[in-house]
Amino acid sequence: MCLAVPMKIESIDGVRGVGSFAEGQYDIRLDLVAEPAVGEYVMVHAGMALDRLDEKEALETLKLLGELYEISGRISE
Amino acid sequence: MKFREEFRNKDIARGLLLDIAHAAAGLSPVKFMEVCGSHTMAICRYGIRQLLPHNLMLISGPGCPVCVTTGDYLDRAIALARLPGVIVATFGDLLKVPGSTSSLDKERAAGARVEIVFSPIEAVDLAHDNPDRRIVFLGIGFETTIPAVAIAIKDARERGIANFLVLSGHKLMPPALRALVSGQTSINGLILPGHVSTIIGTAPYEFLARDHGIGCVVTGFEPLDILQGIYMLLNQMLKGTPRVENQYTRLVRPEGNRAGQAIINEVFEPADAPWRGLGVIPNSGLRIREEFAAFDAERAIRIQPEPTREKEGCICGEILQGIKTPDDCPLFGQHCTPVEPVGPCMVSSEGCCAASYRYLEKPLGSKG
Amino acid sequence: MEAKVSLAHGSGGRLTRDLIQSLFLPRLGNDALAELSDAARVQLDGRPMLFTTDSFVVKPLEFPGGDIGKLAVCGTVNDLAVSGGRPLWLSCGLIIEEGLPIAVLERVADSIAAAARDAGVSVVCGDTKVVEAGGADGLFINTAGIGVPIAGYAPGPILHGDKVLVSGTIGDHEAAIFQARENLGRRLAIASDCASLHGLVAAMLATGVAVRVMRDPTRGGIGAALNELLAGSGCSVELEEDAIPLREEVRGMCELVGFDPMYLANEGKLVCFAAAEGAAALLAAMKAHALGAGAAAIGEVAADGRERVYLRSGFGGSRIVAMPSGVQLPRIC
Repeated sequence: MCLAVPMKIESIDGVRGVGSFAEGQYDIRLDLVAEPAVGEYVMVHAGMALDRLDEKEALETLKLLGELYEISGRISE
Repeated sequence: MKFREEFRNKDIARGLLLDIAHAAAGLSPVKFMEVCGSHTMAICRYGIRQLLPHNLMLISGPGCPVCVTTGDYLDRAIALARLPGVIVATFGDLLKVPGSTSSLDKERAAGARVEIVFSPIEAVDLAHDNPDRRIVFLGIGFETTIPAVAIAIKDARERGIANFLVLSGHKLMPPALRALVSGQTSINGLILPGHVSTIIGTAPYEFLARDHGIGCVVTGFEPLDILQGIYMLLNQMLKGTPRVENQYTRLVRPEGNRAGQAIINEVFEPADAPWRGLGVIPNSGLRIREEFAAFDAERAIRIQPEPTREKEGCICGEILQGIKTPDDCPLFGQHCTPVEPVGPCMVSSEGCCAASYRYLEKPLGSKG
Repeated sequence: MEAKVSLAHGSGGRLTRDLIQSLFLPRLGNDALAELSDAARVQLDGRPMLFTTDSFVVKPLEFPGGDIGKLAVCGTVNDLAVSGGRPLWLSCGLIIEEGLPIAVLERVADSIAAAARDAGVSVVCGDTKVVEAGGADGLFINTAGIGVPIAGYAPGPILHGDKVLVSGTIGDHEAAIFQARENLGRRLAIASDCASLHGLVAAMLATGVAVRVMRDPTRGGIGAALNELLAGSGCSVELEEDAIPLREEVRGMCELVGFDPMYLANEGKLVCFAAAEGAAALLAAMKAHALGAGAAAIGEVAADGRERVYLRSGFGGSRIVAMPSGVQLPRIC
């Protein structure tokens, strides 16, 4: 029960903001995000940004996934 | 970095599936449970179940708020919808869930005012725009959704909108998991809900690994997240080290979202709550605090819902616990179909039975 | 059967089909009707003709990409076109709700005229009724259309190995209506794809490729349309999800509210089954036409006796696209 999508913050007005996602722009609330900044990505559920998405961590995860991919290559050999 | 396509990479997915098959090779049947409706949905949507090795089963637990919402809650919502002067505002998920004799959809067809909203804040705006009516928002959902509802109640108070009410049917995930594992011995690992965890953090799950020896991975919702989560669970099994791991590090922090936890606490307090199939679980639901009583539909409006009748033959409860599969249900496919659902497992598009009926040749749980 | 008609009966899925088959067919029974195709095949003194009707109920009446008037013309023209017909004449009946601004009616009439010109049809008869406020959601329109079969088109049974083609991106119309109604996105540029397909169909049939059957996937989307076309064929289709054209805005909206684009209505698209050996040429002809620029081959037929629509995700896993059972509802779960 967690249908949510990543949105990029385009503008902020107090606790309100506009997020962009898939060629569209949507009104969102930012009450739960500490010091949100334009250009950051947040995960939005039912109009509410749950928290910010951390790019560094995302890249780490992708790096780990890349390593797992390498392992699979060796398995199939 | 868009945090979306990157986690849908097909080549990496294929690689992960090979890793999973390799890690699971030779193991006696493994059962992992996911406890989030959105996980059930994602797994079905990408056809992940069929791509996993035959000895690895994914079963769906009680993580779909529609599924665990009791007939009693629906009957109360329906009774409210029938009152003149009331507009029921709800997420679309609840519209077709059957109560004892009706559903919100049927009530709407009969002339009741039932509006679908996309956020609880929208329901507050609805109350503002309809001052001569009382707007009752159906508060369902776990910790992912609860902060938004709490914020909506605070917003209404700030804006002086007195005709906004919430009927709380919110449920909390950790107590549900506690009740679940007390009766279960056969789950080898838990795929934990990534967005609930964004709010509550990872600590509330420690007892699962520590006291019950069940490995857990907090998992995201993109295909690579789910596959990586499954791989991490397999590794825990192979190493014999059940613990709580976080796969969804780009969003979930160990401490969770403090603001979210605070706002839930400010507006709500724990209450015993009935769960379909699991019975009453202590402190597993939320009640609106006295301070915000003016916004509590329960306190504000007296209703006479019809006595709740559970449907005979419906085994949704056992299916939600992963004890039975849709296969085992005498009603599945014949008397209970997506068109005429009997229980919530069929109504909710991600309910176990609906997923079985629509997405697979064979019901979930029966492999081969 | 239920005791009352519900909105779900009108959603184009299972319930609609059941309503027609159990309530109307037994009473009206005749061969032409029993086919339940987009247009009825009838004969006038041995001359084959096509005859169809459709009613249009849309809220809001005017939306990005069109209005109820354009919809009313294109919808009926398309039913004739996908039956392999050249549309000739339309009737147009309006049920108007008391209080509708004349200016709206004028704009709708302008749209009807423009769409008719574009499709090369004449609106030769019509009717207007006015009902009390609350009776018609502003305006309801019914159009009926007469056409003649295009020479050389011989629809046939779907066969093993046939290809499934779609003429462009799916879900645009219903996504546009949803956005116009719910105003979910602050800035979301989705326009209805409402258009007359007679020209595209003519170009397709001119190739001489064996086209088995065509359909315009309106209510219930390509999910409903493909399931309907497979009924009685003894065949299934396997679709490749990645091959199905989908606009990014529509994909995003679907992800946001939990919609399945397979079930979203289209008003300017067609799906067809064609013989494998001619599929490439057919696709080329479609792409050469303005309304087929986004055409794609999306799947293949297998004579497995199951009559199911399978959708294979890019990851290799398949799921069944069942007949929809009602209006899609947005969800948070």
